[in-house]
Order: sequence, then C-alpha cells, then structure tokens
Amino acid sequence: MGVTKKLLYLNRKAPHGTIYAQEALEVVLIGSAFEQDISLAFVDDGVYQLKKQQDTKATGMKNFSPTYRALDDYDVNKLYVEQESLAARGLSAEDLIVPVQVLSSAELAALMATQDVVFSF
Amino acid sequence: MNTLHTVNKSPFERNSLSSCLRLAAAESSILLFEDGIYAALQGTEFSETIQTALATHSIYVLVPDLQARGMSLEQVIAGVQAVDYAGFVDLTTTHYPIQAWL
Amino acid sequence: MAIEVNGKVLETDEEGYLNDLADWSEEVAHSMAAKDGTELTAAHWEVINFLRGYYEEYQIAPAVRILTKAVAKSLGADKGNTQYLYSLFPEGPAKQACRYAGLPKPTGCI
Repeated sequence: MGVTKKLLYLNRKAPHGTIYAQEALEVVLIGSAFEQDISLAFVDDGVYQLKKQQDTKATGMKNFSPTYRALDDYDVNKLYVEQESLAARGLSAEDLIVPVQVLSSAELAALMATQDVVFSF
Repeated sequence: MNTLHTVNKSPFERNSLSSCLRLAAAESSILLFEDGIYAALQGTEFSETIQTALATHSIYVLVPDLQARGMSLEQVIAGVQAVDYAGFVDLTTTHYPIQAWL
Repeated sequence: MAIEVNGKVLETDEEGYLNDLADWSEEVAHSMAAKDGTELTAAHWEVINFLRGYYEEYQIAPAVRILTKAVAKSLGADKGNTQYLYSLFPEGPAKQACRYAGLPKPTGCI
C-alpha cells in the first residue's frame, strides 16, 4: 500500500432534503476500504444528520441514520461536530446518535488545516 | 381566501423563510415542511423570528417531516400548528393562491 | 429482472438482488440457492440471519471484511474468518449471503 493520507469528509447538509448526506455516508463506507486516515466533520445543517430518533416511516424515505452507528465497524471513528453549529440549532452532543468530539470553530479550523484532502458534501 | 405560503428549505441554509416572512401579507398562512421544519423548533437562532411572525400569520408544520428529522411535537414552538398529510391537503383547499418559497 | 417464487413474481436488480426487502421469505432464499445448486444448511442460515439482523440494526449490508469481523465478534472466531465463510458462500460471503437474505448488494464491495 502507498502512503496514508489524511482525508476529511466535511458534511454541511441536512439529512433528508437533499441526497448529499446519504451519498457522503456511502462514499465514506466505500472509501474506508482504502485504509486511509479518515475523519468526518459535521458543521452547519450537517449536524442534523446525527440527530437521534429519526423516523422516516411516514414519509416513505429510507432512514439511513442508524448507518452512522456502523461507521465504527468500518474503522471510521474520528467524528467531529462544530460546537457553534450545535448551539445555533439548540442541540448538544446528547442529541446525537453516535459519540462525537465537539470542537470549537477555531479547533475545527486547525484540524482542517492538517488534512491532505477535504471532501465537501 | 388567504394565501398559503410553503417553505421547504432550512432557514440556516437558504433565505427562503426570511423572504417569505418579509413579503407575506398579514393574515396569510405559512406551512413549514421538508427541511423547512427546522424553523419550527424551540431553542434555535430562528425561534424568535417565528414567534414574532405568529402574531400576524398562522404557521403550520408537517409532522411526518418533523419525525423523519428526529424532532418531536414537544420541541415545536407554541402556537405553531401540527398537520399531517391530510391536513396539508386541507390547507391547500382552504387557501388560495399557494405560493412556494423554494 | 425478476424471479418467480411460488407463483409470485418478485422484482430484482440486474444481479439478482431483491428490489424490495419486504418480498423476502425463507422460501425466496431457498429458491435463489437452489438455482445456484446450493442447498441451504443450518450453517448458511446462521450467516443469513446474522446479515438480516445487521441490516435491521444498521440499515446497511456490510462489506465482506466488515461481515467477517462482525461474525467473529458475535459467533466466534471459528466462523468469523474468510475461509469458513467462503466455504459456505463461494461466490463471496457478503455478496451471495446478502442476496439470499433479501438485502441490497453490500456497501463497500469493490
């Protein structure tokens, strides 16, 4: 195998209104096979992707939120959420379906600056 | 009949809701659905905007879209009325015209 | 594409995975396996049921390396290894077992 790169997937969209969140999740799962150093960041409406208790039955859409809990099986376990985005939406880490590290904007900026590639969704 | 305005975008991501509130006539109704439901919740940066708008508008939120996003009725701002799909249809028959803020 | 089980036509994708998970029954699994010349044993069912449970919990059909790891954790190392799983499902344990289980093609299969 070649050199390991630091890859960050930056999630900024709410889960069901557009396809971005679900596509990002799929790319992460598939991409995990390449054994790179993967991180996921959730900012802006992206924090809504991790909201607990999503129930899409009445809408007839797929509920992909339980899949975030499978990320650990795929050895993707660096999940970061921006504190400012949570606060603007009245949310806290307890509202989220998986354990995450909550970072300030400044801390997240620093983390992003260390990445080789940032994928935007 | 009064106008029904529909907003299906998150207020955090688009200005659909602010444009709607700026341009909607008093007494017109507003339905929040799809990602628009995020505006209907307590404790967000937009809660106050909705609370103010309730003085001049009837505001509705589509419950299946709330549930899909992990939100419950208890988190909805007091005064915002819950509707299901049948209620959505009723709104379209009791209002005219219908204006979508995409 | 479609398959017929007990006179009922069930839609599948071009690789034979059920379009609708709700169409699945044990008979569907038996019928798919029979077409491949495989008779499903208790050992096959253990993996098929494990996959259905995994999908129920995570809404995803796991890639083979994930399946192997998860089977090892839940059913023991003697079953959670590629040799054992390939002996049951020579087409590829995740791919073939997912198909019999009525699940979509595994995510992360490349």
